[in-house]
Amino acid sequence: MLTLKCPFTGALLDETELNCGGEAHRKRFGPGSSDEDFETYMFTRENPRGVHFELWLHSYGIGKWFIAARDTETMEVYGTYPAQTTEPPQEVIDAINAKHPGWTWREFS
Amino acid sequence: MKHYSAFAVAREALRYHTGWERAWRSPEPKKRYDVIIIGAGGHGLATAYYLGKNYGIQNVAVIEKGWLGGGNTGRNTTIIRSNYLQDPSAAMYEKARSLYEDLSQELNYNIMFSPRGVMMLAQTQHEIRGYQRTAHANALQGVQTEWIGPERVKELVPIINIDGPRYPVLGALWQERGGTARHDAVAWGYARACSAMGMDIIQKCEVTGVRSENGRVIGVDTTKGAIDCDKLGIVVAGHSGQLADMAGFRLPLESVALQALVSEPIKPCMDVVVMANTVHGYMSQSDKGEMVIGGGTDGFNNYTQRGSFHHIEETVRALVETFPMISRLKMLRQWGGIVDMTGDRSPILSKTPLGGCFINCGWGTGGFKAIPGSGWGMAQLMATGHSPLTEAFTLDRFREGRFIDESVAAGVAH
Ligand SMILES: Cc1cc2nc3c(=O)[nH]c(=O)nc-3n(C[C@H](O)[C@H](O)[C@H](O)COP(=O)(O)OP(=O)(O)OC[C@H]3O[C@@H](n4cnc5c(N)ncnc54)[C@H](O)[C@@H]3O)c2cc1C
Repeated sequence: MLTLKCPFTGALLDETELNCGGEAHRKRFGPGSSDEDFETYMFTRENPRGVHFELWLHSYGIGKWFIAARDTETMEVYGTYPAQTTEPPQEVIDAINAKHPGWTWREFS
Repeated sequence: MKHYSAFAVAREALRYHTGWERAWRSPEPKKRYDVIIIGAGGHGLATAYYLGKNYGIQNVAVIEKGWLGGGNTGRNTTIIRSNYLQDPSAAMYEKARSLYEDLSQELNYNIMFSPRGVMMLAQTQHEIRGYQRTAHANALQGVQTEWIGPERVKELVPIINIDGPRYPVLGALWQERGGTARHDAVAWGYARACSAMGMDIIQKCEVTGVRSENGRVIGVDTTKGAIDCDKLGIVVAGHSGQLADMAGFRLPLESVALQALVSEPIKPCMDVVVMANTVHGYMSQSDKGEMVIGGGTDGFNNYTQRGSFHHIEETVRALVETFPMISRLKMLRQWGGIVDMTGDRSPILSKTPLGGCFINCGWGTGGFKAIPGSGWGMAQLMATGHSPLTEAFTLDRFREGRFIDESVAAGVAH
């Protein structure tokens, strides 16, 4: 069972209390945007084998969204942080770099 | 290729089975091929087969990082049906189902196609409406399906509990000509036929890069060196995102784990396939007597071929209520495969932004049934640049809003 640490309360949450909201750090394109931008926002995904940033909702709990940095190959969790963050905090990047030397944060989508 | 027949079995029995030859060659890669297909799953091998058979393109290599049929093709629960809602899906899946009917003869390889009937249970009012709508759509598409009531369900599946309080059986969508086939044999049969045409199936060879020049593909880098080609087909299911990245484009895909499990073998007790989409469970009995059970997908991206345990628990809990007699069964094995899910739950068979490079992916939880049709259409697309079977399934449909929405038709589609 996947367990994630809530960045707000520090509680360890089982995946059965949570819902995954898909890839995080996407740039939102709404009405009036070009077809290409909207497609990127709505459908195109990084889908990496390795480091992945994703949105999670504590549905059966405090009802807040947060972001988890997780490895889709090893299931290792590098850290969690509030959803109101535009890029991963330095300690999460450090944790990723410890396992993936040379990995750099880039602008998604 | 030596022909398989009853006489061959008798002949070999007389000489202690010393005369069987290997079903396919294991060659080293050549420097160049007309067409390279990445991924020796069912879809990749079927594409190669119909390129050779229908279009005479036989200078083909199929490159596989593991062993052939070791991906989702060897991990699925083998359900074959064609009762989809949308017209392009019905055309594709019905083409595949009809090709399955005589595939054993065509390939001279027993794929054990068993059209035993597929039943999709309606356990909520919403599902009744949904399946009746599908039955009407299928009537217009010329796909033979039928809406049946609970009494008929009980007649066809005596071990079912139709008035469970939580998951009552209210009726079912019944496709009499659906069924199952031996998954490995589908891959092996196509591989043997491809090899006999002179195609090279190169196993234990991972593609690590896609080479291009002036916006056109010119070859691939592999763990066995660089190989040149005119045209490239990427057919790697859950790993499509990685390969697309190498080829310089992105996909509307997410890879998640889907699980299945089998029980100890028991006496024959159910001779049709039963799917219960509300509870994400489905079950059939294999020829060996094992109950083959499929479950739901994980809710998050994942490449681990394992899956979360609680999904198994949920599936089995619900199935025990619908089939009380399985409550004492022991489960023998559980496994997972990485399925490639698109936004509209329909596959992508398409040209790509890279010239000469084609992709066949997004079959998600339900592509085994489609293997012959998908190979047929993909081969036509790669050989001629256009196929009526695949034209609706292009990559640009997401930009254009032309979805082939099957997620509404079936919560889980297998
Ligand atoms: C548990 C489970 C149950 C299912 N049940 C059903 C069902 O009942 N009915 C149904 O119709 N469908 C079902 N499916 C779906 C079905 O299995 C798939 O849609 C189908 O098998 C996909 O075939 P494929 O040839 O596209 O992929 P695969 O068989 O996965 O083949 C892709 C191949 O590409 C190779 N590859 C990947 N990366 C590389 C690389 N870099 N270089 C070289 N090779 C590479 C892989 O090793 C793999 O062998 C199920 C799937 C699962 C996991």
